[in-house]
Amino acid sequence: MRAIPAWLQATPLACVLGVFLLVPILTVVVVSFWDYDSTRLIPGFVLENYREVLGEPVTWRIYLSTLRFAAITWAITLGVGFTVAYFLAFHVTSTLWQMVFFQLCTIPFLTSNIIRMISWIPFLGRNGLINQALQGMGITDHPLEFLLFSDFAVMLAFVHLYTLFMVVPIFNTMMRIDRALIEAARDAGASGWAAVTNVIIPLSLPGVAIGSIFVVTLVMGDFITVRLMSGGQSASVGVMMSNAIALLQYPAAAAHAVVLLAVVLLMVAAILRVVDIRKEL
Amino acid sequence: MGRRGPAHWLLAAFFGLFVLFLYGPTVTIAILSFQGPEGGLTFPMRGVSMHWFANLFETQAVGDFGGSFSRSIALACMVTGLTVAISLLAGLAFRRRFFGATALFYLTVASLIMPSILVSLGIGLMFNIADVQPSWYGSALGAHLTWTLPFGVLIMLAVFNRFDRALEEAARDLGASPWQVFRHVVLPLIAPSLIGVGLFGFTLSYDEFARSLMSAGSDNTLPLEIYGMTTNVTTPVLYALGTLTTAFSFLVIASCLVGVMTLRRRRLASGRARG
Repeated sequence: MRAIPAWLQATPLACVLGVFLLVPILTVVVVSFWDYDSTRLIPGFVLENYREVLGEPVTWRIYLSTLRFAAITWAITLGVGFTVAYFLAFHVTSTLWQMVFFQLCTIPFLTSNIIRMISWIPFLGRNGLINQALQGMGITDHPLEFLLFSDFAVMLAFVHLYTLFMVVPIFNTMMRIDRALIEAARDAGASGWAAVTNVIIPLSLPGVAIGSIFVVTLVMGDFITVRLMSGGQSASVGVMMSNAIALLQYPAAAAHAVVLLAVVLLMVAAILRVVDIRKEL
Repeated sequence: MGRRGPAHWLLAAFFGLFVLFLYGPTVTIAILSFQGPEGGLTFPMRGVSMHWFANLFETQAVGDFGGSFSRSIALACMVTGLTVAISLLAGLAFRRRFFGATALFYLTVASLIMPSILVSLGIGLMFNIADVQPSWYGSALGAHLTWTLPFGVLIMLAVFNRFDRALEEAARDLGASPWQVFRHVVLPLIAPSLIGVGLFGFTLSYDEFARSLMSAGSDNTLPLEIYGMTTNVTTPVLYALGTLTTAFSFLVIASCLVGVMTLRRRRLASGRARG
């Protein structure tokens, strides 16, 4: 397609992202400085929204609890995701089965998140399978209430939804590791475990970084998982934002959004400082 | 590596448990959606029936299931077509240098990691200020594209990174025009990947919730409808809906896989026929 200039081919993408990503973000930034009353937005330049957002102790508490969600989810998805990717990349020797297993891990990503959350109710509910099993084995005599509608349920759902965001990039990076390096390590006397810690883990770090960016940004911006799985009992930055939206306090929601964006970008920058992912792109 | 020590079987067992963890809950609600009319949201099953599926199609019982379903399908089809076309064009563009290529690439990546609720709020505010009514076929379409395009573009980048340019040069040496090179050499080779891009476009749009929230306007898409149901429906009709939409997603995924395999087989066969 030499006949068509490259910039023209890129124009549709630039237009869509310009109109539906760049302009909306700028709108959010601008509106975060606007005033409002119960019925309308009042253009202007006030810092009141930020004063309210940053001045409230509850905001800081909610940021801390959201960061805690992100940290715990990150640690678990990393552990599970790395193990699964390692198994797929180094222990499944047939290419066909490798592809089948890999697809098996990615297919749930293409189904509804909300349905996947709902599908925990039969397990975690008051009369759910876990409580039935625990009571059947005589471990407790009354159903555990904390299973559904709790921080535990929220984190379980996060791990359920987002582990494949770790598996896919880590697997991709691992598939590019030169197998001769591992053989060399073994020839030099490294045990299987030493080969993993000294060769595979360092070389998988770019994949780990990409997966971490996904998981951290998804958890930080989430509100639907927290609301649904905690039954409205836990708070997160996203829930706080969606509450402000529901109350039509758009400038307040916008100020929350700007702070959230700043925090997320800082976290991404921190990850990129530790690991160089440019080779992966 | 590859020797079948105890570590291998431990890892295999771990992987098995992970797959069970991924699919177990979905299978469970599929079973529970066949609850008898007296049954509840958890086991035991009180009989087996199609009661809750029938319940789903009585409009007043659970809201506008039919309307939201057809809106979601129509929206997903539009998103799919646009995602494939725009990603393909952008993929072709990124093979060469053009002004702003790096900036556009970073904007694409930013679109991927931008919190969905922020995009949703921004688009909602933009339409609000411009005094334009948001709609599922307008603002929500744009909102979904900000989520599907990064996947499409990154897939196309990966595909073209591995693309053998010698094939195009050979065609050109034989006198093919730029269009002929694209139509008869490039397009057949990347067709399976385009199906993959389309699959991402369709399923991600069909299931998108957060980005639709403030951009869909007054008519709900299916995920918005399902979310509404979770707060006020406490019967297995929720599972029936979940089972149906998940089955539909699986059907779409399966037909794409079949499409990719058919393309591959046909190419192999025609390659053999020509010797």
